[in-house]
Amino acid sequence: MHDSHKFNIPMGPQHPALKEPEGFSVALKGEKILGVEIRLGYNHRGIEKACEQNTYTQDLYLIERVCGICSHTHATCFVQAIEEIAGIQVPKRALYIRTLIAELERVHSHLLWLGVAGHEIGFDTLLMYSWRDREIVMDILAMLTGNRVNYGMNTIGGVRRDITPEQANDVLKAVSQLEERTKYYIDVATKETTIIKRLSGVGVVSYDDAVRLEAVGPTGRASGLDRDVRRDDPYAAYGELDFKVITDNHCDVFGRTIVRVKELMESYKIIRQTIANMPQGPIVVKVARKIPAGEAISRYEAPRGEDVHYVKANGSEMPERVKIRAPTLANIQVVKHMLKDRYLADMPIVIAAIDPCFSCTDRMVSIEYDSNKKNETISWATLHDYSIRWHRERGTDFTDLNKRFKAGLKV
Amino acid sequence: MSQEEKIKQELEDKFSYLSGKVNITRARRIFFSVDLQNLAEIIKFSKEELKFNHLLTISGLDEGENLSFVYHLAHDCGLILNIKVSAPKTNPVLKTVMPYFVSAEIYERELVDLFGAKVEGLPKGNRYPLTDDWPQGEFPLRKDWHPAKE
Repeated sequence: MHDSHKFNIPMGPQHPALKEPEGFSVALKGEKILGVEIRLGYNHRGIEKACEQNTYTQDLYLIERVCGICSHTHATCFVQAIEEIAGIQVPKRALYIRTLIAELERVHSHLLWLGVAGHEIGFDTLLMYSWRDREIVMDILAMLTGNRVNYGMNTIGGVRRDITPEQANDVLKAVSQLEERTKYYIDVATKETTIIKRLSGVGVVSYDDAVRLEAVGPTGRASGLDRDVRRDDPYAAYGELDFKVITDNHCDVFGRTIVRVKELMESYKIIRQTIANMPQGPIVVKVARKIPAGEAISRYEAPRGEDVHYVKANGSEMPERVKIRAPTLANIQVVKHMLKDRYLADMPIVIAAIDPCFSCTDRMVSIEYDSNKKNETISWATLHDYSIRWHRERGTDFTDLNKRFKAGLKV
Repeated sequence: MSQEEKIKQELEDKFSYLSGKVNITRARRIFFSVDLQNLAEIIKFSKEELKFNHLLTISGLDEGENLSFVYHLAHDCGLILNIKVSAPKTNPVLKTVMPYFVSAEIYERELVDLFGAKVEGLPKGNRYPLTDDWPQGEFPLRKDWHPAKE
């Protein structure tokens, strides 16, 4: 190939790294990336607009669905803002339960990430192991909340479910099991040659660049940027708990791996403290449906970094404005920087290493039927019918199969 | 003197027009409004002198005649400075704050797409978050915009 040749390769929107849509336009010279343009928005679902047209309680359930992994993150961040505006004193026990669920969520998210990272570098044994172990925490979450994701624990003024002593005991047992497994992963991550060689020097962001580009979460902390909302701007019960903010100076994907596996150990420490120190008492206070006029900004350290919600209330049952800034959006500039002058083959793991979540980042389903018509929001039933029709037109028809399922026949 | 009061004092000493306008709403939260033409110097001072080195996001608000924009700046100590500016809806022109915060790019693009803000100095690039064929002049987060009924 002639030296001056430069190619622009479109990657995505289906799907360059994780199972979510995002578009990358990569300028390449040989195998080297000269620059990357990122196109987001494929998951924009109009949640902020929808929030203005629903009550605070309805919004809470909608916002929990901003993300399938950080569901408790968004719900807590939102509810904290409302509670601040309304001047509600949330019972301490509720704050401890929120913290407990938050850390269990971080454990499941970090274990999920570890598996994805293993997969992206062709180390699928790690994926199998970590996802098997992740089931332990998923079972615990399901036991405490009734669901593996979208826990529905929060309500304005507290939480909806209490924790019984038996449940607390089960959590402690599971944490001991997970801790043993995590020690093994720390060992693997820091000693296994395949991981060290593959991840070192990949996706580098220096401390100065992390500060300048405002990296958040483990991405920033792996570049020595000592920021964690749990310690710096404490919420829920974090102000009363003892934990370390993990940082690392490798500044690459290897560093990000170390930060996450070590953060798991801190999460276990926090979980044990929430159970040991959980105060007795009520778990919720009654809150009026109308929230007085006011505004608040709430922060939360999601597994991926800092989540920000700004809420403005107008004195009615519905918010005037809800603004959500998910951590992935803050890390987009950082990804661009990480990819520059790197090899194309590193792209999947570099993108995966920020633990991106594009559904958090985008948030709107809005379908455009034709360019002359205004955009329309599509209902679930219409979308379902459309999907059946679309597949039928292409020769796949499940109607018969569904009938046989209903009749209880073996297929 | 608390950290919040110190920041308030420094802001009021530096900019006389802020006198009596800076509100500490709770620990680690400061809110105030300024005229649009003063935004740049306040952002510059907050970043360079007061060390608010992290732009959390920019929230757009539709307030009838005006569009308002709240710049949320964070300090390493956990403090958040919320600076609000307003611009007439008929001509909502802002200057980019990218010289101070590189991260502002995506937040400002969001204001352009969803509120119809005009941001001067924003480099060319992909829009965010709406589709490329989104109809012109439709700004979904303005209060007079409603999704069409089925």
